[in-house]
Amino acid sequence: MTTTKSDALLPAQGIEAPRSGRIDPKYLRSGSSKSGSFEMAAWVFMRVSGAALVVLIFVHLTVNLLVGEGIHQIDFGFVAGKWANPVWQFWDLAMLWLAMLHGGNGMRTIINDYAEKDSTRMWLKSILYLSVIVIIVLGTMVIFTFEPCLLDSSGQLLESSPSFCQNV
Amino acid sequence: MTQTKGTLYKGREGMWSWVGHRITGVGIFFFLLVHVLDTSLVRVSPEAYDAVIGAYKNPIMIVGEIGLVGAIVFHAFNGLRIILVDFWSQGTRYHRQMLWTVMGLWVITMIGFTVRHLMLFLDGWGGF
Ligand code: HEM
Ligand code: HEM
Repeated sequence: MTTTKSDALLPAQGIEAPRSGRIDPKYLRSGSSKSGSFEMAAWVFMRVSGAALVVLIFVHLTVNLLVGEGIHQIDFGFVAGKWANPVWQFWDLAMLWLAMLHGGNGMRTIINDYAEKDSTRMWLKSILYLSVIVIIVLGTMVIFTFEPCLLDSSGQLLESSPSFCQNV
Repeated sequence: MTQTKGTLYKGREGMWSWVGHRITGVGIFFFLLVHVLDTSLVRVSPEAYDAVIGAYKNPIMIVGEIGLVGAIVFHAFNGLRIILVDFWSQGTRYHRQMLWTVMGLWVITMIGFTVRHLMLFLDGWGGF
């Protein structure tokens, strides 16, 4: 060849490298948009809560199903025995909140993916948010208003009461 | 990705693990709704709680519990894999090996759980 006009052969030459720092703000992922930062927080939350839930749930299943008499040990007295200890109250509280918020946020993603009509999406998400709130409030109240030592009408301890009620 | 026939996206292991993660997540969510409701019966009366929780000790429910724990264990291990893919610098390179690790750990965990759960169940079971 006689003349080498590389500019003509390689049209890509002369175009600025991407990520040069001079990016039009409308293509930036951070800053401006509010829903963007919410989605980012939700994304991080899914990962942080997921890691915590592995420990919370695996211990829950081990203590309730794999030690002692396993599934047969579970009754009112068993729950009373656990919730007499603030550690288990807090454990169940953390599990309740994290699992409901993690699962609720996951369900939100799935609704956004599959429900194409605006009104369907709005309805499904309203039902979802309402159920998440109801379950979290109910579960929290149950943990903290629980009364292990119940009396019958004549003032006697109920048979199902755990043994520590005798000493109260 | 390596070249596959056609243009329809049919990711291989990656797609199936995503489908599995989604289905187990939804299943656990609905279980949890019911589970908090049945636990709340401790505020109604000990008899109400014991009657409903008694249902969990029935042989059919025992199979259901194994299924539930299977779903949780898969979702948990695969969730940890997703976290590693996102945050570990080598995560995307080893995502496929990590999926096989997840499946292997799942099988081992489930064999252990199933044997233990069935043994404890049979020990205390009064028959039909
Ligand atoms: C078959 C498996 C399961 C059994 C037999 C079981 C049993 C129980 C029992 C007996 C309680 C009463 C309190 C306590 O023991 O700490 C409880 C509470 C709880 N469990 Fe489970 N559980 C199971 C699976 C799960 C799973 C998979 C999750 C999470 C996704 C979970 C989340 C919770 C929560 C959040 C509470 C507290 C409820 C409240 O605040 O009223 N459980 N469970
Ligand atoms: C055991 C520990 C758990 C771990 C490690 C875990 C981890 C994860 C991760 C990493 C994601 C992906 C989020 C994303 O793509 O941005 C996810 C999604 C999800 N999780 Fe969990 N999770 C756990 C427990 C739970 C529980 C208890 C529930 C139900 C109450 C649940 C329901 C969901 C749902 C519905 C999704 C959305 C799935 C999708 O978008 O395809 N997860 N989880």
